[in-house]
Amino acid sequence: MTGKTLVKVKNLTRMFDVSKPFLNRIIEREEKKFLRAVDDANFDIVEGETFALVGESGSGKSTVAKMVVGLLTPTEGHIHIDELDMADHNQSARMREMRSQIQMIFQDPFASLNPRWRVDKIVAEPVRAFKLEADEEATVRRVGELLTLVGLAPEDGRKFPHEFSGGQRQRICIARALASKPRFIVCDEPTSALDVSVQAQILNLMRDLQDDFGLTFLFISHDLSVVRHMATRIGVMYLGRIVEISPSKSLFKNPRHPYTRMLLDAVPDLEMTGRDRKPVEGEIPNPINPPSGCTFHPRCPFANERCKREIPAAIGEDGMLVACHGVEEGRLE
Amino acid sequence: MSEPLLSVRNLIVEFPTRAGLLRAVDEVSFDIAPGEVLGVVGESGAGKSLTGAAIIGLLEPPGRIAGGEIIFDGNRIDNLDNDDMRALRGKRISMIFQDPLTSLNPLYRVGEQLIETILTHLPLSTGEARKRAIELLDEVGIPAPETRIDGYPHQFSGGMRQRVVIALALAAEPDLIIADEPTTALDVSVQAQIISLLKNLCSEHGTAVMLITHDMGVIAETADRVAVLYAGQVAEIGSTRDLIKHPKHPYTIGLMQSIPSLEGEADRLVQIPGSMPRLNAIPPGCSFHPRCKKAFEPCMSKRSPLIEVGSTRTACWLYGAEQ
Repeated sequence: MTGKTLVKVKNLTRMFDVSKPFLNRIIEREEKKFLRAVDDANFDIVEGETFALVGESGSGKSTVAKMVVGLLTPTEGHIHIDELDMADHNQSARMREMRSQIQMIFQDPFASLNPRWRVDKIVAEPVRAFKLEADEEATVRRVGELLTLVGLAPEDGRKFPHEFSGGQRQRICIARALASKPRFIVCDEPTSALDVSVQAQILNLMRDLQDDFGLTFLFISHDLSVVRHMATRIGVMYLGRIVEISPSKSLFKNPRHPYTRMLLDAVPDLEMTGRDRKPVEGEIPNPINPPSGCTFHPRCPFANERCKREIPAAIGEDGMLVACHGVEEGRLE
Repeated sequence: MSEPLLSVRNLIVEFPTRAGLLRAVDEVSFDIAPGEVLGVVGESGAGKSLTGAAIIGLLEPPGRIAGGEIIFDGNRIDNLDNDDMRALRGKRISMIFQDPLTSLNPLYRVGEQLIETILTHLPLSTGEARKRAIELLDEVGIPAPETRIDGYPHQFSGGMRQRVVIALALAAEPDLIIADEPTTALDVSVQAQIISLLKNLCSEHGTAVMLITHDMGVIAETADRVAVLYAGQVAEIGSTRDLIKHPKHPYTIGLMQSIPSLEGEADRLVQIPGSMPRLNAIPPGCSFHPRCKKAFEPCMSKRSPLIEVGSTRTACWLYGAEQ
């Protein structure tokens, strides 16, 4: 890992209250119930890289994304962006400036654009909100530039979102995210609602923009092949915990955590190489009552007594971390 | 090849709208042999789900079959009346939908839904039907089926629900299952389980499957043959291995290259410019020509028939000269 750390996430935890209503709890004599969506997550993102979080649904990747951009407040832990603690309310002036440098691209381009607004108004909103251009004329020019940048025409600004296809809408979302000249963009499953040929266009566009503007991405996806294509480093999440962090190349060549191995095995074999695949066992458990110890132990073929008792700590060096007793003890390699 | 179980000939599905007549499926032809898995791939709007819906007689009005024939086991089924179609549907042809949450009734226990289906199609008593339902749940890999049979759909996870839906589809021992994106709503690890389950069960029962999906990976794992649809037409059809390893049609080639791979160095994905045309603006000639790098003069004016190239058949003029 070289370069300056832009985002630092430390001991990040988020709990959701999933209790029944107050009266029901009194009558049924139930305790409050909490769901630990994210549990003690730690990672750094270096300026200019793409850090990806992968995992199955319910593993907490979107919750991490929302906390990083500030749409959810962490229950515990800290997020530092450019050495500014995002929970520190004494620095609201710097915070406001910082907010303009963080943007998000959402999964569903059909739901994340206001259907009643014309595209130029949508793209101009961040420009106006952060007062980035001097006057209306400059704003219009800027919107035209942004639309051209993402492969649309400035005249498309007069249209409404419904007049565009899914891929074009995602382009509009990207233009809007770029409008405030951000340094850091959180992308939550940006292509999972798109067809493969359109997905290729959007992924290429995102990489080009990253090269041109030196953007840093936090990239959330469940699709390992997409992640492999985009990410420099990858964090694998399971039931709210990060179980492995590794540079993209070594994760695919040499996965260490049993869950990572299982995920890789589950990817359909498009090359038809007849590669040996272990059948995947079981499903992700209910996060309200997670298994004891290592939460992966009921599905893990290598689990022993210790895995059922102790939560494994993330150990490793050189930006490679793995949270597994088996790897730590040298039982697994 | 033996007598096909299902034979679709020049199927046309049209939607009359205020804006004019939209042709969503345009002269699609293919066969499915008994016990065969035919994959149907295409991007959204290619007409793959409508083809499936037309076969099983579940087209939503105003959609209608405007031409062509669907022959199932030697008999035409595209012109059957409602009662005859109902006798066929579920018994000989059944369907698996994408979203297991919406294809099960949330107000009925899983067992009741299974038993209802079994009683409708098979001459069994209620007690026997329940026994059969438990057997089916066991067969699709649901643990403790004797107790789970009395659970409601919301008590099952997504993967388990899709297993129940597969049990429902298999209940009457059909000859053909139309599976419309059966794993799209599921995680990869669960998807792998469901695909292998579907594949194993169908080969044990000798059931033919029409597997509709947008995911080439799923096809590579499951299908014997593949049909690639583009803008309501078959662009290419052939054996899975040949089509994936050596695609012929420029659209199939582009589609295969745009999938990010797990192996090798992929710096930049190959992309097909543009997007699929809308139904009200299908270009004349080959509908892919505005996006095709190799398009030449005949592509603009005339549609290519399916031309035999090696073991696949491709609707592309590039291969016309070889004839």
